[in-house]
Amino acid sequence: MTITVVMVVRLHNLFAVVMLGGIYSLLAATMFVLFDAVDVAFTEAAVGAGVSTVLLLGALALTSREEKDTGKLAVIPLIIVITVGIALIYGTLDMPLYGDPNAPIHVHVAPYYLERGMVETSVPNIVTAVLASYRGFDTLGEVCVVFTAGIGVLMLLSRERLTRRYRGVGGDKR
Amino acid sequence: MEFPGLYDYWIVVALMMAGLYIVIARRNLVKQMVGLGIFQSSVFIFYIAMGKVEGGTAPILTEGATAYSNPLPHVLILTAIVVGVATLALGLALIVRINEAYGTIEEDEIHEKEAQQ
Repeated sequence: MTITVVMVVRLHNLFAVVMLGGIYSLLAATMFVLFDAVDVAFTEAAVGAGVSTVLLLGALALTSREEKDTGKLAVIPLIIVITVGIALIYGTLDMPLYGDPNAPIHVHVAPYYLERGMVETSVPNIVTAVLASYRGFDTLGEVCVVFTAGIGVLMLLSRERLTRRYRGVGGDKR
Repeated sequence: MEFPGLYDYWIVVALMMAGLYIVIARRNLVKQMVGLGIFQSSVFIFYIAMGKVEGGTAPILTEGATAYSNPLPHVLILTAIVVGVATLALGLALIVRINEAYGTIEEDEIHEKEAQQ
């Protein structure tokens, strides 16, 4: 996984970068399966590796394929990145150990969902129960966000076609 | 995942910093979007890794399972993945528009053309 990311940093052919991005998403999905998050793995494989890659390829088709080679390693960003990384690793030293059942995250509200979820919603998959029932309003908000983004994309992409038709130059391109 | 302790979090930090480096240092807009995606999914992995319980199974109630992993991070990240794709689509649409207006997706060249006008 790390190798894939390093290749993404190094490569300049955008087509290869996008493909490696897809591979990275797929690896992330397998990692989610290892972490017991099967629903998330499904979504990541379908949406992250599938739809994102298609979107990026579409954008490449409309723009250019090659990145301009700057040649030199950017020093200041590298210093910033390393500093932030060291700070973050210092921060993880206070984290509860991986898989610890007594970590704060596991003793607050999650046991309630696990115990009462079947009784209150009669859905055996707790992730679905929380997503659709307990936190249904959040999911509605998510749908709103996706809808707004869709409107934004349509406005951005159709504007150009409208102005072109107004000027009477190209016709319907797409 | 037999490595104990904080190993997973360190992998997440490494991936996150690679994404951040791409976003800061690279001048190509599409590549910056890919870097943003890498940054994003490293955060997802961080959340999911926190939700894992030793010896637990996926949070689907079955006979015989004693411990389940925490379902709450899974729900949050499901939402976040979908929203992430929406923002990616919006960003790419902006890039396509920029390409139509300036004829390039390199940040330097865009600044040059801005300066000329």
